[in-house]
Amino acid sequence: MTISFDQVEVGTELPAQSFPVTRAALVQYAGASGDFNPIHWNEKFALEVGLPDVIAHGMFTMAEAIRVVTDWVGDPGAVVDYGVRFTKPVPVPNDGVGTVIEVTGKVAALLDDRRVRVDLVVKNGENKVLNMSRAVVQLG
Amino acid sequence: MALDPSFIGRTYPPTEPYEVGREKIREFATAIGDANPAYTDLETAKALGYPEVIAPPTFPFVITYGAAAQVVNDPELGLDYTRVVHGDQKFSYSRPVHAGDRLTVTVAIDAIKSLAGNDVLTVSGQVHDESGEHVVTSIMTLVARAADQAGE
Repeated sequence: MTISFDQVEVGTELPAQSFPVTRAALVQYAGASGDFNPIHWNEKFALEVGLPDVIAHGMFTMAEAIRVVTDWVGDPGAVVDYGVRFTKPVPVPNDGVGTVIEVTGKVAALLDDRRVRVDLVVKNGENKVLNMSRAVVQLG
Repeated sequence: MALDPSFIGRTYPPTEPYEVGREKIREFATAIGDANPAYTDLETAKALGYPEVIAPPTFPFVITYGAAAQVVNDPELGLDYTRVVHGDQKFSYSRPVHAGDRLTVTVAIDAIKSLAGNDVLTVSGQVHDESGEHVVTSIMTLVARAADQAGE
């Protein structure tokens, strides 16, 4: 069921989630998205251009982060605005385990028309990998 | 070499329609590990008020990124794509993309700035459906790193 505007206030926390990222997931995402930049699957290439390892697509991280919002609200079509700034890469080791993207979110503002702004914090280890990660959501 | 600011405001012709398929949405949702049934189950999508299964919020990038190639590959602009990174990304939705949509993208160069020797390019993509209704606007910032910072 979807969340009602009357149930939330500034500071309401959304359930935090952790999302695993493996090399296999990046290859799958490359295929699904059409973004075949080799920095996302070719370690030799990634190292040659100065990256620490193969890195996750920024758009993959952006897609994971909004799941904290869409899982909370129920209806993914309730997202009215969504924006992020890509600040740090997410290196993905080739060890079968990969890495983890950790996402927390809370209601930052109540807006007109039963909309709220949710601010997300998106981390990989100690690094904040997205900044200004915000969504406006239409609640019922 | 800094990009020519006279390109600010340049608009490219609308792209040919991209037809959104159910299986493409399923493939994308699977790739991001998202099992929300609104992406794959027609009855769930209809119960939420949509005519078809809907696409995840970041799915439109599949279409707008392809359309932005017009800018990236514009020989007159002369962007060195090997030095380009994605700086930020924003979507503003009138409604979610759904299966069966036939979407065109009108790409424009909204801004060109030079920051610390890097070229910063803001590219928008207005996505419309077959009836001409607005679906989503994508705004992305591309940063072309200065040549003397290559490899960083």
